[in-house]
Amino acid sequence: MQAVNRRNFLRIAGLGGVVFASGLARAAGAYAAAQEEFFFVQLSDTHWGFQGAPNPDALVTLPKAIQAVNALDPQPDFIVFTGDLTHTTDDPAERRRRLKEFQEVISKLAVRNLRFMPGEHDASLDRGAAYSELFGATHYSFEHKGVHFIALDNVSDPAARIGEEQLAWLKSDLEGQPAEARIVVLTHRPLFPLYPQWDWATRDGDKAIELLMPHRNVTVFYGHIHQEHHYRTGHIEHHSAKSLIFPLPAPGSVPKRVPLAWDPAQPYRGLGFRQIEAEAQPVEYKISELPVVGKA
Amino acid sequence: MKRRTLLLLLLGAGAALAQKSDARVVRITARKFEFSPAEVTLKSGEPVLFELSTEDVAMGFSAAQLNLHAEIVPGQVTRVPFTPGRPGRFEYICDVFCGEGHEDMAGVINIEA
Repeated sequence: MQAVNRRNFLRIAGLGGVVFASGLARAAGAYAAAQEEFFFVQLSDTHWGFQGAPNPDALVTLPKAIQAVNALDPQPDFIVFTGDLTHTTDDPAERRRRLKEFQEVISKLAVRNLRFMPGEHDASLDRGAAYSELFGATHYSFEHKGVHFIALDNVSDPAARIGEEQLAWLKSDLEGQPAEARIVVLTHRPLFPLYPQWDWATRDGDKAIELLMPHRNVTVFYGHIHQEHHYRTGHIEHHSAKSLIFPLPAPGSVPKRVPLAWDPAQPYRGLGFRQIEAEAQPVEYKISELPVVGKA
Repeated sequence: MKRRTLLLLLLGAGAALAQKSDARVVRITARKFEFSPAEVTLKSGEPVLFELSTEDVAMGFSAAQLNLHAEIVPGQVTRVPFTPGRPGRFEYICDVFCGEGHEDMAGVINIEA
């Protein structure tokens, strides 16, 4: 397990923070040639319902991000939200109200092919009950233009486990994929122990990684840590996304995991979303980090 | 052997080991959203037996740097034997999501030389 060396594995291009995750170009040529290229957008950790000093503009941050996504030309094939759609509440009725309000807010997205998964703020207090009522399954897979996407739920268990039942499902799902298949895993928490001192881990994430290891082209996109981070376990790259509510400090950089202070001179600093271009030949994911408004 | 019976035997063995080695019992109680006491001081090399309980919902007790992990279930006492090693100040957290104040729920284990 090692940190991705950005010089070796990521090629920075342009002022928008565009990177190419190019260390995994190992697809068999004939297989990859049959695949299509496309792009999708990842939004994460919107925490709808949050109120507090770290983001005094919480009510307009997500709407502004939606405007920015709607302004993309061309539009993405689909948009994925990698968890913590809402900020947690101990009140089940309020949880449902926030989830429904989130649905109303994102109904302004021009793209209607939307994919969701829960974060611990949405699902850990009721094991995903409210989330499932409104958004459906918490783990699933789907195909898109030659890429096999897998959404993993590592939050409905409040102890941050994927669990044996879901791992058995993952094993079965992967058995249908050839070793050279293009596989993208979408999840909320890091699957590897990024910084367990701050609960930035999945307790049985190693079991999921073990199941994914025989597949040569696997990339994981996740959220939870409210900042961009790139890591590699074996040949599998893991890319976390920025949040759309407040940034958190780099792992272990400060004694406490507390939100970075809002800077009125630079509102929305450290927030943003990303555009991911899935390229087939060679297999790589061109990641563009985009700001909510103005400069990120 | 039934799981409950095995668990009771293991808990009993842990308690017996603590008694035999005169391990000091350190009780920590969890409630939304704090541990009490929030800070404990141990002596390096002196075995202790943590007795963890919760007054309301399920909680976690995790000091990753000390390789200490336990889940605390309502109505039960979770016993964790531990022999402190290198001196220092180590934070422990609740790593079972327990509600609105979960992310601030933490404590400190001081280990003195």
